[in-house]
Amino acid sequence: MSDQVAAALRELPGYLASHVLVSACAMGLGVLIGLPISVVCARNARLRWLVLAGAGLVQTIPGLALLALFYPLLLGVSALTHRAFGFGVQALGFLPSVMALTLYSLLPIVRNAVTGLTGVDAHVLEAADGVGMTPRQRLFQVEVPLAAPVVMAGLRTATVWTIGAATLATSVGQTTLGNYIFSGLQTENWVFVLFGCAAATALALVTDQLLSLVESGVAQRKRPRIALGLACLTAGVVLALLPMARAAGGGGKPSYVIGAKNFSEQFILADLMSRRVEAQGFAVSRKESLGSAVAFRSLASGDIDAYVDYSGTLWANVLNRTDTPPRAEMLAELTRLLKERYGVELLGSLGFENAYVLAMGGEKARAQGIVTIGDLAAKAPGLALGSDLEFLSRPEWTALTSAYGLSFREQRSYSPTFMYRALETGTVDVISAFSSDGRIAAQKLTVLGDPRGALPAYDAVVLLSPKRAQDAALRRALVPLLGAISVERMREANLMVDRDEGKASPRDAATFLSSTLPPP
Amino acid sequence: MYERSANQRVVAASDVSLEVEKGSFVALVGTSGSGKTTVMKTINRLIEPDAGEVRIDGASVMATDAPTLRRTIGYVFQGGGLFPHLRVGENIGITPRLLGWNEADVVARIDELLTLVQLPKELGERFPAELSGGQQQRVAVARALAARPRIVLMDEPFGALDPVTRDGLGTAYRALHQSLGLTTIMVTHDIQEAILLSDRIVVLSKGRIIADVAPRDTQLPQEDPEVAALFAVPVAQAERVRAITHPTSKASP
Repeated sequence: MSDQVAAALRELPGYLASHVLVSACAMGLGVLIGLPISVVCARNARLRWLVLAGAGLVQTIPGLALLALFYPLLLGVSALTHRAFGFGVQALGFLPSVMALTLYSLLPIVRNAVTGLTGVDAHVLEAADGVGMTPRQRLFQVEVPLAAPVVMAGLRTATVWTIGAATLATSVGQTTLGNYIFSGLQTENWVFVLFGCAAATALALVTDQLLSLVESGVAQRKRPRIALGLACLTAGVVLALLPMARAAGGGGKPSYVIGAKNFSEQFILADLMSRRVEAQGFAVSRKESLGSAVAFRSLASGDIDAYVDYSGTLWANVLNRTDTPPRAEMLAELTRLLKERYGVELLGSLGFENAYVLAMGGEKARAQGIVTIGDLAAKAPGLALGSDLEFLSRPEWTALTSAYGLSFREQRSYSPTFMYRALETGTVDVISAFSSDGRIAAQKLTVLGDPRGALPAYDAVVLLSPKRAQDAALRRALVPLLGAISVERMREANLMVDRDEGKASPRDAATFLSSTLPPP
Repeated sequence: MYERSANQRVVAASDVSLEVEKGSFVALVGTSGSGKTTVMKTINRLIEPDAGEVRIDGASVMATDAPTLRRTIGYVFQGGGLFPHLRVGENIGITPRLLGWNEADVVARIDELLTLVQLPKELGERFPAELSGGQQQRVAVARALAARPRIVLMDEPFGALDPVTRDGLGTAYRALHQSLGLTTIMVTHDIQEAILLSDRIVVLSKGRIIADVAPRDTQLPQEDPEVAALFAVPVAQAERVRAITHPTSKASP
């Protein structure tokens, strides 16, 4: 427990700095865009209706979806700028996060500012004209000061929302305090999840208190109070960003970005790769908890430099193939096609497979006499299938059902962690397991045979982005990993992270893996 | 001349022709909706007429841009119209500051005006909400006079005050009007106040002038029944008051 807290604390400066940076930028932009819009809207009722309806609409889009929507949008923009100016824009990480959060912050900012501005007493406005103010003087000397308390209340709401929603930016590859939550959820590390929640909440509360100090200063027209609040806010942002400045000042060497999808094995392998690159003397940053498709697209566009993917996934999802050629053939074809179509370098296989398999509780399988998927098909109408969130919409599932004619009584989707729980508690009878998962051994599961070869091979392979394809340092760091990790070692490492008792961090598991590897 | 309401245009005043002599105190009297406020607001362009012209010293007000024009004309708003976020002193000093006076002059002028409207100097540091209604209205008068205007417009200036304060403040303003040589145009619906303070009473009804007389002439026979009724009110009320408070004196012829 205290180990995990210590591990969480180690990450805090970096996570907090990124979280503060992305929230502060989004709020800054929100204010810069929102306040002028509010002034215009306060003068024009039709426009006001339009803008508020638009901002309200944005607010109804779930935060996660809004962030996700910016990814394809920026990919498109990037393709355009690439064609027009010869450079692309970043489609993952900071840019989409700031843009989505800015949009998200607009509603409370604009709504309150418009309410504040339109709520100024008409007699006072006439007096402002009457004493000889120009429209501009009236705005800044009368309307803005009188609307300020209401505007400030809107800024407070927006800031708290933004800090909270920023945790979701982890899913588009922006490091935030949400990294604790996402990785903790995947590895069932509840200490991490709680730590992430607590850190984000604490940040929001502290910021809110400082803003409330400014707000009351504005309402009571007490300058020192406003100054104190603003000074504390500025100091807080600067302090939080210090680790980042130090890292940026750390040297002119190129830095690498290692990506990871959203499950334990990926976290462990990303940690392993990062450490080997760091050992070469380079700075490494991580983009973790990426969705399966997002991971490959961001590698192809150069937002990340390397990550581990699986041959079957690439075959079906990236190349859209539905055939299942033998392993070696698939690997050779993949290597050729990824290079040809995307410029992506398939460095090689790590030595183990993480295939989709169907698994059952060992005893239940024996009792029902199920050994292969063929046996399962006969009993399936009386059984419930538990799958991860994407399996049922993947080509593998189509291949399985057409090969064996599978039809279950019920099908449910879970995040991987909860899927194993559902099998253990008997909510489901069969699950779409991963062959390298440590829980197969730990839960004494039977992996059902695939005599018709419907499921493709899923060799874990290291991919390099087009711009790093020939990067000597990166190759030097990662080539020793090829063929060096057996499925048993990987299962053991995965189990260290996934088990309930004596849970280890992905970092510890990576240390365990590297103990049998040649030194970097 | 029109006044815009939500979605229809209503004629607020039309065919109004009025010449005001320098140094005079004119009361514009009428019921609400008579157009008296509209007429007054055309003088400093708070309302701009669709047709017709306002001239000051022979020059059209349209020749000067509105803010510059307004800085030369004092305005006392209905209910004071003080800026709630500014201290009393800052309220008074607003027009001099807009005119770019140097700071020492502004501060001296604020003190001078507080004295002029008989308010203690400490009040300059308070916010309007901390003042009584009468004090607020004194501040409004001080603000209107701050940039030494020659013309002062007043919109129901003392309407919201209790009778004693109202009487005192009205008299005090009339004295300032005299001593500073101002030209004052005051809108009021109170004929009694108009008789007591002004040199000339202009009665408006439905956007037209229906009477234009000196206070002493208000008891002469009037052609227009509406004007006659209006002018009869103060005397009739005074008699009724006397009848109630001094019943015995009624018997004597």
